[in-house]
Amino acid sequence: MKKIRCALIGSGNIGTDLIYKIQRSPVLEPVWMVGIDPESEGLARARDMGLKTTAAGVDGLLPYVLEDNIQIAFDATSAYVHAENSRKLNELGVMMIDLTPAAIGPLCVPPVNLRQHADKVEMNVNMISCAGQATIPIVSAVSSVQAVAYGEIVASLASKSIGPGTRANLDEFTYTTSNAIEVVGGARKGKALAIINPADPPMMMRNTISCLTDEEPDQARITASVHAMIKEVQKYVPGYRLVNGPLFDGKRVTVFMEVAGLGDYLPKYAGNLDIMTAAATRTAEMFAEEILAGKIQLKPLEVA
Amino acid sequence: MSAETNLKGRKVVIHDMSLRDGMHAKREQMSIEQMLSIATALDDAGVPLIQVTHGAGLGGNSLQHGFAPHSNEEYIGAVAAKMKQAKVSILLIPGLGTMKELQAAYDAGARSVHVATHCTEADTSPQHIAFARKLGMDTSGFLMMAHLNTPEGLAQQGKLMESYGAQTVYITDSAGYMLPGDVKARVSALRAVLKPETEIGFHGHHNMGMGIANSIAAIEASATRIDASVAGLGAGAGNTPTEVFVAVCERMGIETGCDLFKLMDMAEDLIVPMMEHMVRVDRASLTLGFAGVYSTFLLHAKRAGERFGIPARDILVELGRKKMIGGQEDMIVDTAMTMAKERGLLKEVAA
Repeated sequence: MKKIRCALIGSGNIGTDLIYKIQRSPVLEPVWMVGIDPESEGLARARDMGLKTTAAGVDGLLPYVLEDNIQIAFDATSAYVHAENSRKLNELGVMMIDLTPAAIGPLCVPPVNLRQHADKVEMNVNMISCAGQATIPIVSAVSSVQAVAYGEIVASLASKSIGPGTRANLDEFTYTTSNAIEVVGGARKGKALAIINPADPPMMMRNTISCLTDEEPDQARITASVHAMIKEVQKYVPGYRLVNGPLFDGKRVTVFMEVAGLGDYLPKYAGNLDIMTAAATRTAEMFAEEILAGKIQLKPLEVA
Repeated sequence: MSAETNLKGRKVVIHDMSLRDGMHAKREQMSIEQMLSIATALDDAGVPLIQVTHGAGLGGNSLQHGFAPHSNEEYIGAVAAKMKQAKVSILLIPGLGTMKELQAAYDAGARSVHVATHCTEADTSPQHIAFARKLGMDTSGFLMMAHLNTPEGLAQQGKLMESYGAQTVYITDSAGYMLPGDVKARVSALRAVLKPETEIGFHGHHNMGMGIANSIAAIEASATRIDASVAGLGAGAGNTPTEVFVAVCERMGIETGCDLFKLMDMAEDLIVPMMEHMVRVDRASLTLGFAGVYSTFLLHAKRAGERFGIPARDILVELGRKKMIGGQEDMIVDTAMTMAKERGLLKEVAA
């Protein structure tokens, strides 16, 4: 069966894990890996896994986009370079899946709003953050039952799973995730907290989601909605698991989740890496299925 | 006594924590009036630095850490306006507080900051330390739960914070776990790698009754800044009590510039009457120190313990075993629920 050919930009933890996810996809094929350091381990690993590589950044990829028929690119670099990467590739008709906190395109959490982005043929879709992917489905599950005044999420991440880019730019992570709790999760106000825990052996990714509802929470309906949403996420992240809750405390609803990864590039504790790459892959697959079925067509973006 | 001669004439800067760490002991419920009465008394007693924020620092107002009745900016602004000599400082933990909040705190009058990370995660602080320096603030890197890293490891983390612009690097005994030898080894390791002009600070908790002894050990090993809190008002069994520490310093000839009797009076007349529980070494706070658990977990564990029928001590020991760190207060209720299920006190809900 024909597959949609993809480029991966950024050869760190996320980019490398994406290779595994995309190689397993029935509709996607990883073709290029783009880095900036010729000596990087990530590029060497990508070559070993059969990808073409360049250490010249996105500019090193551009001459090959058309001849290699690259239609989807994943950007796992940083918020600071994403906009330029996206502009250059969109001009060549390549759809961008943004895994940085840049968020220049609409925010995407697959079980919440992927369908509407695919229908609109968005040329740049942002995946928010690992914590966003792990928590916003739950906020949305509560806000779909009744109005949520405030949504707060706490993500605990194993130190070994957090790369230098995220570490140096924690504020961007906080802003992007907080905003997405509102825009995608449906809470009127959102707040995101991140904690990096160095315990050895590393702790599994944990997320605590708290929502304050306007009215007394309908416990039965919220519990059912949360359980249904967890099943949706489990379709692409099998290790997404409810540990405790929903716990009801006046108007506060609290849900305690754990995310075990598939153990592709980093071990299973790095559920944060997995949920991000799995969500990005799921997003790309939806677009790829539509392209392959002839329902949508990617077009070069004219830049004014 | 050799220590007496060693330290005679040494100058130490006292950084008071009553209005920040003390917020934990008050479940974040301090009024502006209470803050003002304490801050003006501290200012009058010659304390040069007064930390004023939610217990968890900037961004701390949350379900996770509790909501204070006022914003950080309101507290900082109210206190800063009344200070004659003291500078107002703040706490910022990256991942919780952001540079937007740092700017707002500066605008409200804060001029000194502890940028805090867990003792192995200094590289989450470069943006915030650099930004504080750009604002011209007195900037400290604050390595929390320092007992969980080796002296050499801490030295490397401190070196990173110095490279981002930190003017002081703190060894922070958040769990009140360290003994004087642990403190000396860590401060000495930092001193060996930091630039001569970079200061070293120590922030103690009194969970094992070692707040004063550890602070003196830190000074012996070259620390020049000590965090303390009047009557120990702080998380767990409290911080190093300011008035006791100043008394010990006077006896040893260490110069703090603070008025001992004024501090004693405010401890007795102002702070103790506003305590909701006696801040002291008791069964639960001693468990924190003994097991090496973040001091702020104390009141959360007591509440979760009551709700789910699990003794607070059992929860604290389990949190220590799981190596939970500052900021993971959500894991207290989670751990209590999991323990309650295991003990047949809570029904498992099918997922």
